[in-house]
Amino acid sequence: MNIAIKPASRVRAINWNRIEDDKDLEVWNRLTGNFWLPEKVPLSNDIPSWATLRPEEQQLTIRVFTGLTLLDTIQTSIGAPKLMEDAITPHEEAVYSNISFMEAVHARSYSSIFSTLCSTPDVDDAYRWSEENEHLQKKSALILEQYRNPDPLKRKIASVFLESFLFYSGFYLPMFWSSRAKLTNTADMIRLIIRDEAVHGYYIGYKFQKGLEWLNAEKRQEIKDFAYELLFELYDNEAKYTETLYDGVGLTEDVKKFLHYNANKALMNLGYEALFPPEACKVNPAILSALSPNADENHDFFSGSGSSYVIGKAVATEDDDWDF
Amino acid sequence: MGLIVYYSSLSENTHRFVAKLGLRVARIPVSTGDAPPDVREPFVLILPTYCGDDGKGAVPKQVIRFLNDADNRSLIRGVIAAGNSNFGETFGLAGDVISRKCQVPYLYRFELLGTEEDVANVINGLERFWTSQRSNAL
Repeated sequence: MNIAIKPASRVRAINWNRIEDDKDLEVWNRLTGNFWLPEKVPLSNDIPSWATLRPEEQQLTIRVFTGLTLLDTIQTSIGAPKLMEDAITPHEEAVYSNISFMEAVHARSYSSIFSTLCSTPDVDDAYRWSEENEHLQKKSALILEQYRNPDPLKRKIASVFLESFLFYSGFYLPMFWSSRAKLTNTADMIRLIIRDEAVHGYYIGYKFQKGLEWLNAEKRQEIKDFAYELLFELYDNEAKYTETLYDGVGLTEDVKKFLHYNANKALMNLGYEALFPPEACKVNPAILSALSPNADENHDFFSGSGSSYVIGKAVATEDDDWDF
Repeated sequence: MGLIVYYSSLSENTHRFVAKLGLRVARIPVSTGDAPPDVREPFVLILPTYCGDDGKGAVPKQVIRFLNDADNRSLIRGVIAAGNSNFGETFGLAGDVISRKCQVPYLYRFELLGTEEDVANVINGLERFWTSQRSNAL
């Protein structure tokens, strides 16, 4: 008996020497170049610093990291695999498999922090808290609902919001401690995670925009309206989540500015305009410089306060001279 | 107002920012097979940053190729770079590299597509910058 193999069911071997979208190779190279493991970071150097935190500050920190672990878990086991199903090119699928694995590394990292710095009962308490906190659960539910959405573009929107917006109520805290010279090794590890999430948000947002190109104006508008509506819903919940976490330490308003700033960046990753006005996004300079050490360096020559440059004679350059 | 020369990858992020400025522009093509723009007047360069932790590869190769031409290099007057603060120390690094290499001021840095505030700052800033360039030349 002849068994006919339908062409659609044939499996294609990936060929990295025939790239359909250069962005796939570029991002693959960036992500693999950025690869890291938590063992690289000397977390145990933070033990003395951890002991200086008050019990409520320790509890807040463990809760924040538990919330981040939950998001990484979703992205590893549901988010990235969903995106893989939607991939147009085999290379895109490979990039999502990298994203999926790195999210597992991130989730693993928080457990490394816990085992190095915290007591088991405190961590168990925080995990229980994460299962019971309505805002954290709602945040997960809103994203999971969209991962079940039949429209692949809407799934990508949810994924970009997770990568580029929802993590930041959590990322704020280690940046805050770092700006106070506390838990600086932990902050180094979080910065590696923050860098990875930026590439993830950028890439998924790019693929979203490529998909959008196939739609007519009416459908595009519908997708855009959907994105802003979902962001509003997520933001509303995120503001409440932030209050439950940070009201006790008096940082809520500061965290919200950081949320606005990152919500704008999430929209930009989708190719959309910023939503929150500049005055709502004035992130505490100490947090920005914990995030990016040269962020407070003046790169605004136009304002007149930038460092002055002497315009000298240009030197001859060759390809080899440049840093690439 | 002087000329803008810019590079934008397939993501088109920098392209969108530049389009909002409403200024005269010349684009350095993404494909290395396409001819670079023929520039014969002073310009400000706008480009995105691409690099990892080590800071390597911050300036896109297409831009390097363009600036390796001595005539082009002699006309650059300033640089504006895009980036993402998530990248920490290498945020907007392409602007630092160009500024150092070509001895021109790093005029402005923005994130991703830039905000409306960034667009206004750059338009106003460039207006003043070109005015001062002209008066220096006189």
